[in-house]
Amino acid sequence: MILPEPGSWGPTLAIAAMAVATYLCRIAGVALMSVIPLTPHVRRGLAALPGSIVVATVLPLIERLGVAAATALLVAIGTMILRRSELLALLTGLAAISALRALGF
Amino acid sequence: MRARRPCALTQARAFRFWTEMPPEPQTQALDDDAPITAGGIWLGVRKVSVLMPGIVVFAVAFGAAAAAKGLSGLETFLMSAVVYAGVAQLVAMELWRPEWSWGAIAGIAVVTATVNARMVLQGAALQPWFARYSRTLNALHLFFYTDANWLIGTRYRSEGGRDLGVLVGAGVALWLVWVVATMLGYGLGALVSDPRRYGIDLVMPIFFAAMIVPLWRGRRGAVPWVVAGVVALVTAKLFDGYAFIIVGSLAGAVTGAFRDDPA
Repeated sequence: MILPEPGSWGPTLAIAAMAVATYLCRIAGVALMSVIPLTPHVRRGLAALPGSIVVATVLPLIERLGVAAATALLVAIGTMILRRSELLALLTGLAAISALRALGF
Repeated sequence: MRARRPCALTQARAFRFWTEMPPEPQTQALDDDAPITAGGIWLGVRKVSVLMPGIVVFAVAFGAAAAAKGLSGLETFLMSAVVYAGVAQLVAMELWRPEWSWGAIAGIAVVTATVNARMVLQGAALQPWFARYSRTLNALHLFFYTDANWLIGTRYRSEGGRDLGVLVGAGVALWLVWVVATMLGYGLGALVSDPRRYGIDLVMPIFFAAMIVPLWRGRRGAVPWVVAGVVALVTAKLFDGYAFIIVGSLAGAVTGAFRDDPA
């Protein structure tokens, strides 16, 4: 049997496909870890995971987005060290990047 | 562990993980160890409200991009409501087309899964917490699981918290604001035609970078992070897309797993 072309349902089906893919990503890690025994190695790996995710996400983005972005993120980290406030870090970071981009960096 | 618990094995594992984690306080009661309270939900709403301004701007940018790409209001609404993943939605706008073949639909699903693959690891990282709750509840609250939720949950757990209400409150509040702000952006359309100018592309990277500070546990704990960063940089050089997040994170986790001293 051949499927009919999506036609006018195309956009809706594309959104549905994205929703299913995203939900599977959301539950997959939890489902996986509920069958993997939590040995000391796995436990240490999990403990190292959050920081690793953060660094692995941010560093290449800085590299791709350029010097201005790197400066903005450093400003945000500095704000966080001084004040421990995500909101303040966001504001100073965005202010830094807007200023740098306005100046042509 | 108590025999009345339905899944004693997962309980025991979760218990072991929980007590051996260095940042966790050792003194908490082991009874009613799976709380989800109204107080927790409210705390989650308060915690996520700090991230809201950035998320609103992000959602407005997505709504504006969707309007520019010719999506209908209903389609834009549906995407924010059921996909609910900012970066994936913005990437989808790059791939959006007027006509859809099955191949294109499969393609956008694969790209979405690739962009969101970090959620697999984020879920795994907090699974010992979720293991205490029922499958139905986990299946429900994970629909609202996002980067922001993961950041809030990770920080809350590292401070010794264990009320799942925090994630539920943060997730649902963020979802509501995300959907409303998307439609706002859709209506405003061209007003934010150049989101880069205001650094909107940096909102999530800034939140991630800021997280390094509360996660910091001294230099020895940072060795896996260095490995994660270097591997991610190399992967980003070699491959397009977002594979670097997964490859780098896993490299860091494996490094952490096989170091002899406690992480």
